[in-house]
Amino acid sequence: MTVVERREVALVDLLDRLLAGGVVITGDITLRIADVDLVRIDLNALISSVNAQVPSPWGEGA
Amino acid sequence: MTGLRYVYAVCRPFDAPLQAQLTGVAGDPPRMLTHRGLVAVVSHVPVEDFAEEPLRAHLEDMDWLAATARAHQGVIDALTTVTTPLPLRLGTVFRDDSGLRTMIEEREEYLRRTLARLDGRVEWGVKVYTETEPAARETPGRPAEKPVSGRDYLLRRRMRAREHEDVWQRAEAFATRLHTSLAARAEDSRLHAPQNAALSGARGRNVLNAAYLVPRAHSEEFVELVDRTKDEASGMRVELTGPWAAYSFAGEAADTGEAADTGEAADTGEGT
Repeated sequence: MTVVERREVALVDLLDRLLAGGVVITGDITLRIADVDLVRIDLNALISSVNAQVPSPWGEGA
Repeated sequence: MTGLRYVYAVCRPFDAPLQAQLTGVAGDPPRMLTHRGLVAVVSHVPVEDFAEEPLRAHLEDMDWLAATARAHQGVIDALTTVTTPLPLRLGTVFRDDSGLRTMIEEREEYLRRTLARLDGRVEWGVKVYTETEPAARETPGRPAEKPVSGRDYLLRRRMRAREHEDVWQRAEAFATRLHTSLAARAEDSRLHAPQNAALSGARGRNVLNAAYLVPRAHSEEFVELVDRTKDEASGMRVELTGPWAAYSFAGEAADTGEAADTGEAADTGEGT
């Protein structure tokens, strides 16, 4: 087994945190992306263009 | 410039200046808005892009999302070098400074409490992957003999299925053990959904995607602990990311304090 420490932040790690973490504050306009539904739709579309048979990257209850 | 206010984080006041070249979301350098002794870090962003409807549309554009996420992270990273920021979720937008001030007034106690809880802490990400796809197929150049009978065929299929299960079971057992031991050294932990290989581009299957809240002062020790796991199991890969601002521990759900969720490691096999 190897332990890898990556210097460059992977987008997928970033999205795990920015879309599922962080304080959720209802701003004046804050989009309710707390459940990442909108983004999930897009990422799934993106992924299915790469591979037609993959599950959602955002498991339920993430 | 008028426009909307995109908020990255709330901090306690800090002395050190932010990097001068820092460009935030929409190319607007982050500014500080101090109110009630708390500092909101803000960019002015155009209505055409950040009002509810255009923002919604933009979030379905992977390139826009990626650029915005990177810009957001750039500001949080810069803040992390001078203070312990309380990061907000991507896309927190206010109409104007006064809307932002009102929010600070309404959430003041919560913001202070959370800042105190996270002060001097960082987040480390640890992921475990199975190194190879299980079910080692026929060696190239040596095609498998044809099954001699239907019974033989079924037997082979069953063996292959069993190998497959073994790999997952070992992977999950390893991930659970690792998570338990890391969670015991961390102040708090969170399990993210396993990542999709098509999105991450990573080899193997992601069986653990966890975040640990660790005091900065204990980080070296924590990293060494992760590093030592390399001797523990073969066929697995452990990836460490960080230090991150405490994104995974900033939410309301994380505010219950001591109730560590070490028992959730059994969930790591979800995602199919």
